[in-house]
Amino acid sequence: VGLIRMPAHASEEATMAAVKEYAGGMPETGGVEIGAPEIAENGNTVPIEVSADGATEIMILAAGNPNPGVGTFHFTEMSAESRASTRIRLAGTQDIVAVAKMADGSTKMARREVKVTIGGCGG
Amino acid sequence: MAKIKPRVKVPKKAKAGEAVTIKTLISHPMESGQRKDRKTGELIPRKIINKFVAKYNGTDVFWMDMEPAIAANPYVEFSVKLSESGTIRFEWTDDDGSVYDIEKKITVA
Repeated sequence: VGLIRMPAHASEEATMAAVKEYAGGMPETGGVEIGAPEIAENGNTVPIEVSADGATEIMILAAGNPNPGVGTFHFTEMSAESRASTRIRLAGTQDIVAVAKMADGSTKMARREVKVTIGGCGG
Repeated sequence: MAKIKPRVKVPKKAKAGEAVTIKTLISHPMESGQRKDRKTGELIPRKIINKFVAKYNGTDVFWMDMEPAIAANPYVEFSVKLSESGTIRFEWTDDDGSVYDIEKKITVA
């Protein structure tokens, strides 16, 4: 473990500011699914799946990481569905936030808590 | 540094218009830029893959922007529906501008 000091964690405010900037306002809640383990034993690699019917993009944020940004999936007409999976780092127990941009221009949001027993930032 | 090697799981054949699941993995440390060297106390510079794209016969079909919170050896799974046979190409772009790629052929019937 090469980390000496944990940087300050992203606040809820920083996360919501990122959501509003991305969505151009506060998204409506619901219409986005987040699949993640309730308890992750290793925060270095946590499987996560997001989906939202009709979404052209889905952004993932981790509200308790040093920086909330995780990644954004972009879908096209050749996507079989607006669904994708990846593996992410979580510094500790926190909420995952997913924001979907829909084809009609609306935005939707969901959040889900993941409990982490060993953090993914060396802590 | 370990060799950066992409691996993908793509079916050789698919039915037109049906969902095809694509799984991709690339060996890469995804150095976040937030870890400190234990001996020197200095930050280890950030070096991550910041973009992944899948192209089918030259058209972007799926892409992803990545931040340092993506785990080492980035894994991405998504699905596509195809109407014609062709080549799916995957490209991963590193912070230093390097692009790692791999291609697979899919026969669509």
